[in-house]
Amino acid sequence: MSQTKPLKSTVGRKYIMAVSGIFLMLFLIVHLVGNLTLFVPDGGEMFNQYAHKLESMGPLLYVAEAGLLAIFLFHVITAFQVYAEKRRARPDSYAVTASKGGNSRMTVASKSMIYTGIILLIFIPAHIWMFKFNSGKDHPTATVHGEEVKDLYTVVADAFSNPYVAFGYTAVMLLLGLHLRHGFWSALQSLGAMCPKGTKAIYAAGLVFAVLLAGGFLLLPLYFYFASCFSCNGGAL
Amino acid sequence: MKFNLKIWRQEGPELPGAFRDYAIDNIIPEMSFLEMLDALNEELIKKGEEPVAFDSDCREGICGTCGLVIDGMAHGPKLACTTCEVRMRVFEDGCTITVEPFRAKAFPVIKDLVVDRTAFDRIISKGGYVSENTGSAPDGNAIPVPKDIAEKAMDSAACIGCGACVAACPNASASLFVSAKISQFALLPQGHAERKSRAQNMVNQMDDEGFGNCSNHAECEAACPKGISIENIARMRVEYMRSLR
Amino acid sequence: MSSIKLDSKIPSGSIADKWSNHKANIKLVSPANKRKHTLIVVGTGLAGGAAAASLGELGYNVLNFCIQDSPRRAHSVAAQGGINAAKNYQNDGDSVHRLFYDTVKGGDFRAREANVHRLAELSVNIIDQCVAQGVPFAREYGGTLANRSFGGAQVSRTFYARGQTGQQLLLGAYGQLMRQVDAGRVKLFARREMLDVVMIDGVARGVICRNLVTGEIESYAADAVIVATGGYSTVFFLSTNAVNCNATAIWRCHKRGALFANPCFTQIHPTCLPQMGETQSKLTLMSESLRNDGRVWVPKNKGDKRPPNEIPEGERDYFLERKYPAFGNLVPRDIASRAAKAICDDGRGVGQTGYSVYLDFADAIKRLGQATIKERYGNLFAMYDEITADDPYHTPMRIYPAPHYTMGGLWVDYNLMSTIPGLHILGEANFSDHGANRLGASALMQGLADGYFVIPYTIGDYIASNKLGKVDTDHEAFRTAVAGVKESTARLLAVKGSKTVRDYHWELGRIMWDNVGMGRNARGLARAISDIGALREDFWKNVKVGGSGEDFNKSLEFAGRVADFLELGELMARDALTRNESCGGHFREEFQTPEGEALRNDDEYCHVSAWEYKGENAEPALHKESLSFENVHLAQRSYK
Ligand SMILES: Cc1cc2nc3c(=O)[nH]c(=O)nc-3n(C[C@H](O)[C@H](O)[C@H](O)COP(=O)(O)OP(=O)(O)OC[C@H]3O[C@@H](n4cnc5c(N)ncnc54)[C@H](O)[C@@H]3O)c2cc1C
Ligand code: HEM
Ligand code: HEM
Ligand code: SF4
Ligand code: F3S
Ligand code: FES
Repeated sequence: MSQTKPLKSTVGRKYIMAVSGIFLMLFLIVHLVGNLTLFVPDGGEMFNQYAHKLESMGPLLYVAEAGLLAIFLFHVITAFQVYAEKRRARPDSYAVTASKGGNSRMTVASKSMIYTGIILLIFIPAHIWMFKFNSGKDHPTATVHGEEVKDLYTVVADAFSNPYVAFGYTAVMLLLGLHLRHGFWSALQSLGAMCPKGTKAIYAAGLVFAVLLAGGFLLLPLYFYFASCFSCNGGAL
Repeated sequence: MKFNLKIWRQEGPELPGAFRDYAIDNIIPEMSFLEMLDALNEELIKKGEEPVAFDSDCREGICGTCGLVIDGMAHGPKLACTTCEVRMRVFEDGCTITVEPFRAKAFPVIKDLVVDRTAFDRIISKGGYVSENTGSAPDGNAIPVPKDIAEKAMDSAACIGCGACVAACPNASASLFVSAKISQFALLPQGHAERKSRAQNMVNQMDDEGFGNCSNHAECEAACPKGISIENIARMRVEYMRSLR
Repeated sequence: MSSIKLDSKIPSGSIADKWSNHKANIKLVSPANKRKHTLIVVGTGLAGGAAAASLGELGYNVLNFCIQDSPRRAHSVAAQGGINAAKNYQNDGDSVHRLFYDTVKGGDFRAREANVHRLAELSVNIIDQCVAQGVPFAREYGGTLANRSFGGAQVSRTFYARGQTGQQLLLGAYGQLMRQVDAGRVKLFARREMLDVVMIDGVARGVICRNLVTGEIESYAADAVIVATGGYSTVFFLSTNAVNCNATAIWRCHKRGALFANPCFTQIHPTCLPQMGETQSKLTLMSESLRNDGRVWVPKNKGDKRPPNEIPEGERDYFLERKYPAFGNLVPRDIASRAAKAICDDGRGVGQTGYSVYLDFADAIKRLGQATIKERYGNLFAMYDEITADDPYHTPMRIYPAPHYTMGGLWVDYNLMSTIPGLHILGEANFSDHGANRLGASALMQGLADGYFVIPYTIGDYIASNKLGKVDTDHEAFRTAVAGVKESTARLLAVKGSKTVRDYHWELGRIMWDNVGMGRNARGLARAISDIGALREDFWKNVKVGGSGEDFNKSLEFAGRVADFLELGELMARDALTRNESCGGHFREEFQTPEGEALRNDDEYCHVSAWEYKGENAEPALHKESLSFENVHLAQRSYK
């Protein structure tokens, strides 16, 4: 019999998945709230303020970013392990598979976690590159409280005026929604949050959460894209 | 009734398998799925062909011996029922039915539709019991168990060890089976003395057997003939974490 | 007659002291020596599983066999109703003596008093044992154990775990067994079928098994052999037993010299789903507890084909209530079954075949509400609906008796040893405790008593009192036994006839059901003997077994079992023919009271009939162990 290696056991791995997943979701909530300030019709002032505040946190931000990165890596590595285990556990696949319905939670969302995850894995570095590291150079600056900062609002607005970027983002946001549709509920179940009568409610909450989060993010690229269309077509859409 | 059957045939554990097509007629709706296969085998034997190997015993849904994947669903299309309880009336006359064995690395095929599920026995041997030697028990009523706890424990204990949860799980995970046993004894006071070692040892053995991890698909619960809830899986996780303290 | 003497070895003393005296006097094996002794336990049901686990705990080296892929699937798993114990938790006047009395009377005075009393004593320990194992018995709100009244008992002494009592008890024993497997004290051999017992110097020293996966014939040696392979109701083909239940293990022991006791004592359970057609593979039991609330009836008029709900109250015959006012629908099984048969034979049965009666819950639903009925029987109703596509909440169920349990089995003495020294028989496979009829919820009790609490003592006594030399499987006796088994396998495969094994089993079942079933008479029995003989002859000329001997082959497994049933069936008919009386499940139409009740003949038949095998075509020899009743007065059973 193998010795107990808590974090390598199947159960331990699920805890890693769940805890990291929850942190990632928390980040996304904060990120979304921040991003929604883009909508405030003040020419981007509030958003720029917010971005600047973050940046001015200095070392603290680095620590937070490093932590986020670590959590992210844990999530990704464990995800691939779980997937590898699954592949190994059923070398010969079925000719026909079907869900029996009932209380099954087997859905497109649950079955595609690894694929939606991989898309996110590709998306996130690209996204960070686009908005964080590649943004300050040839873009205008804005003034926040008299200080000169980079005009992230314009960066975002410009980026999303490109239909490929805008619709690419939209697609990724939909897949993120799919990831969270199963992920939210799954994380709670992985942690052993037991409430037999509440399972249905939690599962439904997962749907609401996924729609709100993905929907929230999704509005941004669409908004900026169509906004840009408006302005170049002289208002005639 | 008449059916076309696509049945997995495999002569032995290491040998390659393939689907073979059979046609069967004169099936009455009251017949169980296994009685339909019996009828097919009678025909095959009379024709001098090798009958289809499949397992069954009680034929009333309690022993857990039977288990086929019918049209992609473990124990067939009906909820809360074993393969032996499926009646032919649930199928449309004239349809094609695909029959496969439970597939998982930890359940190697023995022949045709028969698989080896001894991995379950090995998991139980690591803690699916209260260590209590014959003769050492106190009076039955010395251990009171509140009714609701007893009922809950019974819900978990109802598992028949059929392995459909593994078969139905996209990950071939045995979590539902293992968690049902861990839950029964986590709920009952009799199980508390060995609570920690049980959770650890059974989970370790489950992992060693080569079952997959659980991604919370809950298809196992839908396939389980006894409706064992994935609430048990959640409980197993809590028990496991508790055991590390 | 031969040299066999049936010595029941009943200990001296008053009935209540016999077992304690015996335990105090038997020899013990020292702890250090136990692991030097190997014991074979065949069977992992309640009897075999409990025995293997307990003997492993004691330190013996145990080899444990079963035909299923896991010990947890032994047919004990199917028992629904419950297990009796004289706990008197309900304060309703139960006691060890009352359970003893009920069991002797229920068995129609054809069981050994001493054994039954021991069983009643041990019933109490069983419950303690199982509760400690974590068996989730039903509870009262205060946390104490719940009981129900079952099978016509007038006290509530039945413990239960929903409708899955057998499963839960078996899983308890299985858990203990697997614990011993993990500890290395029990070696488990699943998917093995015992095909012979090996005797060396007249003593049982091993078994021959077929590995059901590879087809290999394997030998195992030991100091003693314990066989707990269950009952043989599947001789009727259609029964409530599992399809793999068989008499093969005990029948092969019988052929090696173990006497077969009371083979004709079979129990036909009253509440089963009626037969539907020739394609059916088994009959499903609907728990007896249904009779607590359901009322059994048929139309008063022959040929009344109206749907049940259209038959007015006045035109219904609640025949059990009419005939047995005191017990009504709760009369013992044999009586309820026979009454149903009589009504159907009279042409008043219902359903397509005319061979079923109604079990009606309309009154209970009116009285208690549908919710209560659902709570009590919901799963059974669902099961019925599933099988028949009829909703019992609205139309009465249809039920008919079906073969369910065999009281007969290999003869054993008080120590559970057969007439072959060293060969012990436990559980349903032996004949010991139920006489001519078994009461509900007492088979589980007997299996566990034998396995947990009797054999651990008596096997020690046997080992300690006998000098058993070392033997291994190279011994000549093993080699000839293996050759014999191989030969009979080859013979089965070589026939290559035109009828399948199932064809023969079906035909045998029909003969048995018609002639050796609920109602028996001399003419029918004589006909059965000759018909079975002819069928057996035809079998060996005309059977067609599919597949080969070298791998997993169900057809071959069944062929061997049916070959044995074809011999056992004849013995059952012979036994029934020689027992010129009616008692319990054995109802000879010639011997009945004017009211149609069983008429015992205590002057001539107050004995156990134990049959000795005399060879393939020779008539078996009958030996008798006479029964004396010192504590329960022989009386006509009356449930009026
Ligand atoms: C549907 C049903 C409901 C019942 N309900 C009740 C009830 O409510 N209460 C009650 O008290 N009793 C009940 N009974 C009766 C009771 O369940 C059985 O009598 C009892 O469980 C038998 O136990 P056992 O250990 O003797 O045999 P089994 O449980 O039948 O075990 C036999 C074992 O022997 C093995 N075996 C068989 N043949 C061979 C062979 N040739 N070689 C190797 N191994 C072999 C099998 O694999 C199995 O492990 C019921 C029976 C049935 C059929
Ligand atoms: C911001 C990004 C992400 C968020 C918010 C997130 C969130 C979650 C959550 C909450 C879960 C459920 C955890 C559980 O089942 O216990 C989950 C599961 C999963 N995630 Fe992510 N995830 C993200 C990124 C990724 C990435 C980049 C991958 C890359 C491969 C990935 C792959 C998976 C997989 C495969 C699972 C299923 C795990 C299983 O089957 O048990 N996720 N995710
Ligand atoms: C469409 C909506 C989105 C917009 C407009 C957006 C915008 C931004 C911007 C402007 C930044 C740079 C912040 C800075 O430089 O301080 C950023 C950073 C980041 N975004 Fe997004 N984002 C969106 C969606 C997402 C999604 C869906 C994810 C994850 C799945 C994500 C993950 C991140 C991460 C990880 C960072 C880096 C944070 C850091 O390093 O501090 N974003 N995003
Ligand atoms: S949990 Fe359900 S599906 Fe899994 S083995 Fe038990 S009864 Fe079968
Ligand atoms: S289907 Fe599989 S993924 Fe988990 S919840 Fe059930 S074991
Ligand atoms: S054969 Fe026993 S559960 Fe199906």
